[in-house]
Amino acid sequence: MRHVIVFLAGLLFSAGLIVSGMINPAKVIGFLDLFGDWDPSLAFVMAGAVAVNFVGHRFVTRRAQPFFAEGFAIPTRKNVDRELIIGAGLFGVGWGLVGLCPGPAIAALGASPASASVFVAAMLAGMAGGRALKSRALLANGAT
Amino acid sequence: MHDFVLALIGGAMIGLAAVILMGAQGRVMGVSGIVSHLLPSFDSAREPAQTDERSWRLLFMAGVIAAPLLSIAILGYRPPVTLNADPVLLIISGLIVGVGTVFGNGCTSGHGVCGLARLSGRSMAATAIFMATAIATVFIANTVAGG
Repeated sequence: MRHVIVFLAGLLFSAGLIVSGMINPAKVIGFLDLFGDWDPSLAFVMAGAVAVNFVGHRFVTRRAQPFFAEGFAIPTRKNVDRELIIGAGLFGVGWGLVGLCPGPAIAALGASPASASVFVAAMLAGMAGGRALKSRALLANGAT
Repeated sequence: MHDFVLALIGGAMIGLAAVILMGAQGRVMGVSGIVSHLLPSFDSAREPAQTDERSWRLLFMAGVIAAPLLSIAILGYRPPVTLNADPVLLIISGLIVGVGTVFGNGCTSGHGVCGLARLSGRSMAATAIFMATAIATVFIANTVAGG
């Protein structure tokens, strides 16, 4: 049951990307083209998503635990550190270059595999490299 | 007008998916995190491989890829994906997105859809920053291309 529901969550997320047009990098770039030919669609997508999640999240996390897991894994960090700032800044640059971010990129594997797979392969390599760098940094700081 | 209605509906679907994942699996729907934690860990002492941890991630991502495939197979609708197919650009942007999302601990789904909904200060900062640099990047790219 758990497997079906998690799969359906992924399906629904991806279907939402399709319905909203966010699977299409051209539409995303249209929003990011704030000073040019601006398409505000992405703002409406975010608004709809955040609104639903805002209400739903509070509702589902009222329970003692999730339906199929031991506990809720909700991030607890509060500080805005250098890593976050640099990472977010970099991510934005990469996103702005082609208009693809992780979710839509993987969804695009199902719609436009040729180009999407090149991006996804590079993204995975970047993630692996990023994790290695992070791991090194943590060790260097004496973390155990 | 029609465009914005679809945007809102699609957004609501995305938000609902996040709620389902949290309610069922207790996890934030942050795709960069879901994907990056499927990659081999460089520090096995810190993150022991757990079959349970991988299976929900794989299932979620399977669903993500399945939606457009089902759309094509069942509805005969292939979602348009218009992008710059220059492989060098795709590789560079992919690498940067990969590194950036790992250091930034999230992306548009993790920080944008989920973090903002949780009123997370970190996510608000991250979202503002990546939106700014993304907009700046498009602006610069257009200027360079146009000039």
